[in-house]
Amino acid sequence: MSVAVVDTGGRPKAVWRRGILASRKGRWGFGILTVLALIALFAPLLAPHDPNAIDATRILAPPDLAHPFGSDALGRDVLSRVIFAYRVSLGVAVGSTLVAFFVGVPLGLYAGYHGGWVDTAIMRPIDMVLALPAMLLAVALIAIIGPGSNIATLAIAVIYMPILARVVRSSTLVVVAQTYIEAARARGTRTPSIITRHVLPNAIGPAIVQATILMGFAIQIEAALSFLGLGVQPPTSSLGSMLADGRDVLTQAPWVEVFPGLAIAITVLAFNLLGDGLRARLDPKGVTE
Amino acid sequence: MSDLLTLAHVDVGFATDDGTVSAVSDVSLTVHEGEIFGLVGESGCGKTTLAMALMGLLPTSATVTGSVRFSDRDLLDLPAEQLRQLRGDRMSMIFQDPMTSLDPTFPIGEQVAETITAHRDVAKHAARERALALLADVGIPEAERRYDDPPHRLSGGMRQRVVIATALANEPSLVLADEPTTALDVTIQSQVLDLLRDLRKRLRTTIVLITHDLGVVAQICDRVGVMYAGQLVEVAPVAEIFRSPRHPYTQALLAALPSGQQAPGSLRVIGGRVPNLTNPPPGCRFSTRCPYVMEECVNVPPLAHETDDHLIACWLSDATKDAGRHDHASAGGAA
Amino acid sequence: MSPRARYVVRRLLQAIPVIVAMSIFVFLMIHLVPGDPVQTMLGFRATPQNVATVRAQLGLDQPLVTQYMTWAGNALHGNFGQDFISHTPVSTLLAQRLPVTIELTLLSMTLAVVVGVPLGVRSAAKAGAVRNATEGFVVAGIAITDFWLGIMLVLLFAGIWQVLPPSGYVPFLKDPMQNLRYLALPVLALAFGEAAYILRTTRGAMEEVLGTHYVLFLRAKGVRERRVVYRHALRNAAPPIVTVIGIQFGVLLGGAIVIETLFALPGVGRLIVTSIQQRNYVVVQGGVLVVAIMFILVTLVTDLIVGWLDPRTEEGDAA
Repeated sequence: MSVAVVDTGGRPKAVWRRGILASRKGRWGFGILTVLALIALFAPLLAPHDPNAIDATRILAPPDLAHPFGSDALGRDVLSRVIFAYRVSLGVAVGSTLVAFFVGVPLGLYAGYHGGWVDTAIMRPIDMVLALPAMLLAVALIAIIGPGSNIATLAIAVIYMPILARVVRSSTLVVVAQTYIEAARARGTRTPSIITRHVLPNAIGPAIVQATILMGFAIQIEAALSFLGLGVQPPTSSLGSMLADGRDVLTQAPWVEVFPGLAIAITVLAFNLLGDGLRARLDPKGVTE
Repeated sequence: MSDLLTLAHVDVGFATDDGTVSAVSDVSLTVHEGEIFGLVGESGCGKTTLAMALMGLLPTSATVTGSVRFSDRDLLDLPAEQLRQLRGDRMSMIFQDPMTSLDPTFPIGEQVAETITAHRDVAKHAARERALALLADVGIPEAERRYDDPPHRLSGGMRQRVVIATALANEPSLVLADEPTTALDVTIQSQVLDLLRDLRKRLRTTIVLITHDLGVVAQICDRVGVMYAGQLVEVAPVAEIFRSPRHPYTQALLAALPSGQQAPGSLRVIGGRVPNLTNPPPGCRFSTRCPYVMEECVNVPPLAHETDDHLIACWLSDATKDAGRHDHASAGGAA
Repeated sequence: MSPRARYVVRRLLQAIPVIVAMSIFVFLMIHLVPGDPVQTMLGFRATPQNVATVRAQLGLDQPLVTQYMTWAGNALHGNFGQDFISHTPVSTLLAQRLPVTIELTLLSMTLAVVVGVPLGVRSAAKAGAVRNATEGFVVAGIAITDFWLGIMLVLLFAGIWQVLPPSGYVPFLKDPMQNLRYLALPVLALAFGEAAYILRTTRGAMEEVLGTHYVLFLRAKGVRERRVVYRHALRNAAPPIVTVIGIQFGVLLGGAIVIETLFALPGVGRLIVTSIQQRNYVVVQGGVLVVAIMFILVTLVTDLIVGWLDPRTEEGDAA
């Protein structure tokens, strides 16, 4: 398993210029995600109607100009509901992945750098977590703690953390074997310094790519959990809970079901595009999945 | 001695994002039957590309023009299927790194036998018999026992022998050997070279040996062609090339060889850098580094017979000057 | 013992601590629940008397370690306790539900492999038209959520065209035709995403292999392209492909929870979810344990198959 140690140095500017902007995929992905992020951030401003406003006259009304996504069983505007639900879903997806990233990366880095029993001590429990199917683990965790969007975030973070730790560990092992690390040691550089200045910037590339892709899938996991009633709890809506609601009126008003699903698909697509675009620069040899 | 392989004005270009790379430019040469012809030049000079072009192994991004006559056919005109039939049968190629030339999941013996069954209608056991004989021929000890070994059980030298056995399985008339010894230890190197020489003698195979190592050339080649930046600059018998190199590049190359007589700390180098083949210099591509560069060098010097067996492409040579004038005249005359 | 056999044994032994650790985690689930699990389980039937009885029955009054040993010991004999609500042994419940999940998984993965691998191979070997067509498929398959696709399929096949049932199940042995009709949509929904993923993996692995020196040498030998691709390239590209197939198999075994719920399939996943909602922890424990063990075993078998494919593994761990 090898990773080309591309010296982007992990510098943000390099990631931007050579990674995101360099490839068409990256540009598209980044572009779509920016739009989506803005939609999520400015939901209250962008939503044409109040997502919770019940309107008895518009029950299951099909899409029209004023309500491009139609209305649901309570006459609520689906577009506005999707926008606000999107906010919740995206928040869970981003939050969980970030938590997993900031916990998993240091662990993987540490394990990969020190090797030996430290490596075993850290990676064994992590591998145990990986030995369980993800959805099952999430569901089990929620079973213990109880449902809710915060718990869902935590559950997804727990699933993702081992994956990111492994990826970082792999690339760390390769970086550590390079001669410039040996040189740094020979110069007497202290370990924390070596790790942060030499190992981290070069090993983090694949982890960033992986995290990007995982963020996309996190939306799907959140949707699944909320669909089962284990994620967000009413009155909050996420895309997943909307998918559950839409089922009831599927044949009469398919638009209630279609649009949240499309929103999820576009998001996953965008994250994948961005990840692929970044991959060319940050992970040429493909340590990620 | 008849001519086995004749190249005429062969060009190879690659389409890349940065433009077209002219990897081989107007190469014409003749290889005689039964000889070991060395093709020499530094990395990136186009020698491997040329060989791959002959075999039809270049990717689709490559454009090859010119003509290559082999066994009464123009290889560049052949449809893919016919070319495939020739490969491994009438002509074969050996690559540089024996560690990566063999399928890691396949037993070595079967990889040799596969070459046979790809081209001959023989029963499996007959192919196996022949493969065993070949393995013994190239010096694999206990061939019977090692027949089913996967490649990773063999050392680099052994693997290269297997590769050679594979290449010679159907007794091709032409073998293109691309740096066959570069990845091997020096001691194994000379064993492999001896093997090649021996096989040439026994099977009367013609070998084109591609290398950047002049020592290897001196050891077994009969004639040598020197390439630089995609152009063929000089062709001569081995002794002649070492004794009196005519082309400035060849001279510089030989001068750069470390001899016992240098003052410590002084190795001769060739100043300058290899040109960018997306935008090569006009005319002679060595002109940018040549100590004798003249005005004429912006025109491509044609390869001409300095003597019967010594060809050179350099405006310093009278032969080239004559040929150049002739070309101009004929170009002007014929329309 | 041959090196191969030694490798197999070693991997089997390595799986044991994982199973043990995971069983400890599953066992602790009941005890990690905030509040008194027994009261939660019994709900409105939680009179002090019942609580005490159930407590004793479950052995919850004993030290944790003893409890674990008892529970694990029972589990090894296939006794996972009893479901409180229906008074059926959990093992019976599982025995009823497992075949459903397994059938769903088998059908979905088979379809996915049959579609994904050949398309992956062809789109790697030939650039152009095939590749572009498959690219769209890959993108859609990965981005579209499987259960949403399921719902859309229901809309189409059950709602609009009315040719297939939207949910329900009949065991195969009872009525094969109906069984397949009920499973058609869930299998399709699952297989779509899996096929896309497998296609992409296959394509990637094949592209890498087709660029190697030994493939070049095979072509230089004049071997027919078909043989180069199927007999040599695919064999070498197999490890990552088989790994992905294996992992996804395991994932589906344990995780097709939503699809099972959606299509009302009486599988293990759905059992676990409903049990969670009912606070029926004994069932949850048994179900999670069984599923997790299956997952670990599937992963193990996959590793072994991959190891068998690559002759280099006998010399130590896989390359």
